[in-house]
Amino acid sequence: MPSDTTSTVRLNTKSVSQNTYDAIVVGSGISGGWAAKELCEKGLKTLVLERGRKVDHITDYPTTNMAPWELLHRGWNTKQKKEEQHIQIRGFCNESNSHFFVNDLDHPYVQSKPYDWIRGYHVGGRSLMWGRQCYRWSDLDFEANAKDGHGVDWPIRYKDIAPWYSYVEKFVGISGSKEGMAQLPDGDFLPPMEMNCLEKHVASGIQSGFNDGRRMIIGRVANLTRGWNGRGPCQFRNMCDRGCPFGGYFSSNSATLPVAMNTGNLTLRPHSIVMEVIYDKEKKKAKGVRIIDELTKQTEEYFAKIIFLNASTLGSTSILLNSISDVFPNGMGNASDQLGRNLMDHHYHVGAGGKYDGFKDQYTYGRRPNGIYVPRFRNLDEKTQRKDYVRGFGYQGGASRGRVSDDGGIGAEFKEGLTEAGDWGFWLGSWGEQLPHPENKVTLHKEKKDKWGLAQLDISCEFRENEMAMRQDMMNSAAEMLEKGGIKDIYTFNDDKAYPGLCIHEMGTARMGHDPKTSVLNKWNQLHEVKNVFNTDGACMTSSACQNPSVTYMALTARACDFAVGELKKGNL
Amino acid sequence: MNRREALSRVAVLVGGSIVGAEFFLSGCKPGDKAAAGLPLSAEDMAYLDEIAETILPATSTPGAKDAKVGAFMNTMVTDCYEEKDQKIFLEGMGKLNAACSKMHGHDFMKATPEHRKELLTALDKEAKDYQKSKKPEDPAHYFSLMKQLTLLGFFTSEVGATKALRYIAVPGKYEGCIPYKKGDKAWAT
Repeated sequence: MPSDTTSTVRLNTKSVSQNTYDAIVVGSGISGGWAAKELCEKGLKTLVLERGRKVDHITDYPTTNMAPWELLHRGWNTKQKKEEQHIQIRGFCNESNSHFFVNDLDHPYVQSKPYDWIRGYHVGGRSLMWGRQCYRWSDLDFEANAKDGHGVDWPIRYKDIAPWYSYVEKFVGISGSKEGMAQLPDGDFLPPMEMNCLEKHVASGIQSGFNDGRRMIIGRVANLTRGWNGRGPCQFRNMCDRGCPFGGYFSSNSATLPVAMNTGNLTLRPHSIVMEVIYDKEKKKAKGVRIIDELTKQTEEYFAKIIFLNASTLGSTSILLNSISDVFPNGMGNASDQLGRNLMDHHYHVGAGGKYDGFKDQYTYGRRPNGIYVPRFRNLDEKTQRKDYVRGFGYQGGASRGRVSDDGGIGAEFKEGLTEAGDWGFWLGSWGEQLPHPENKVTLHKEKKDKWGLAQLDISCEFRENEMAMRQDMMNSAAEMLEKGGIKDIYTFNDDKAYPGLCIHEMGTARMGHDPKTSVLNKWNQLHEVKNVFNTDGACMTSSACQNPSVTYMALTARACDFAVGELKKGNL
Repeated sequence: MNRREALSRVAVLVGGSIVGAEFFLSGCKPGDKAAAGLPLSAEDMAYLDEIAETILPATSTPGAKDAKVGAFMNTMVTDCYEEKDQKIFLEGMGKLNAACSKMHGHDFMKATPEHRKELLTALDKEAKDYQKSKKPEDPAHYFSLMKQLTLLGFFTSEVGATKALRYIAVPGKYEGCIPYKKGDKAWAT
């Protein structure tokens, strides 16, 4: 779709002024919600364009209070769902939350290599179903590319983002414990959740069993352990991915969008698929965006001084690739040819589990929406350096005491046995860093279109040698740690069908960097080539680290908004 | 010659399956009729209710029939099962009845609770042995499917979760270590 600067002649002056705002935010997920809040609070009339339907906090959470028996299929996916959401169900999409995941038949893409693209197209995006784990990055992560030569150097360091982590943490509300570990900086936390007795036992076994400083700590999670900014506290139902009527966890719907709305500066337009950013050749700036209405398929243009792309990693890059003009024949801001490249995820579905013979007189109360975390302990320094791979991984998991399982039997005695608590079990899964690689990429397919006439994405991404070598260690180390914790009947797993995308931590494709020749965005998340276009979702990431990335997107977003408004006031945008 | 003998003799004579013989000799039984398709009839669901009740009977707490597990199985098999598992399940309804005739000389619906338990105990063992030795691509045993749905349906039902187990909709807090003694009910979720 050519971006013709003459298109405004089709619009009369009135509609141009009606469609003009100070800022446009594309997407209302975890980073778009933050952009909306920050820009609105700074006084900018802000239009948020969301490609999907409206989802209002609480009223649009249809399954939120359903007991297990109120789900017709008790959570199982029907055959119809397995067809309509054949990719989404590879993740954790099930009967209780499937209305927050896309219909794959309506949103096709090309998998040149297997890639699980898990998406939520609605107001709030995946902030409704996210895993809520929040871990700061450290300079171990921001310096990694520069040190081992994979990818390009991050244009920022921990000191640049640290105050912004604090800023967003204070609003989000993240429960966690301060541990003083350099590779996983402490944040501004709400009180931590409690470990159960087996977790405490295994944590102590790990601490005494290894001499490399590795630790098992309670997960840091965006669930509120006390009332916070008018939300929560968490009620320990562990049904977060259905949306929470208590506002017990952070989402755009419960937290950022209501604040933005209360300023009076927010306009939210759902069903608005942004096709492209419109470029003004004379002013060398973007002047707005062109959308197609999801329902009516009518196109419309909106104008603003600054544009924040927060449409998700692949969504934002897709918009830029589609923003073609004579100035940008290969996509807006793509002189570097890096737009679409270096797609990353975390690799997981690898680890170990087992059971524990003791604590038969101990149990738990409540359903904790959180587990334990083992911060990275490989390649931190010379002492922990590996010969077989670079970078590292962390672990999530936890202990629980389930019910007695069916070991054969029929009748009254069998039934009574099944109503009792069974053995304690421990599960430890690993999340590993994926290196940036230019051939892990996304492009626009030349022929295939979606039902709105937009080019389908063609994704070609795979885990490579470094990830594969790391996975062996991820699996074996999990078993070793469980052993030190006294776990018995240990089994290991390493799922080779866990394709990129499945971890739903997709990152990269419009990376930040110092040099316009090798990166798409600068240190302020501005397009090197179009200064009033910002991207602060996963696309901007220069490397993937191994921590869950959302809180870093939030911090980068708040930081970029502060910069953008400052520049606007100085007349630089 | 009683029917049980007749059945085994026919089976020997034709070398065919007991299911076929059962159908041939006694016409449509609840289980056989089910093979016609889904959704199941009320009669079929009543039959499944009795199977489920034998697996998880009412004791001091409600049983599978109270949880309407027969109707639940119908919903799950119709909506969620792949075609190959639907076929195994439907044929299994006939096989189970035929096995009952073979063991006790009459249909499952007419069998005493003791006879039902004896039959399902034998089928449970047969299914367990089969599931253990089968290759992943081999079909599931029909009784494993029935038992799995019975356990799922009962323990996630309102009576199963709140009477046989413990369920609290809004716990309000988390405690990592609380006392437990043998016989205390487990949490439903």
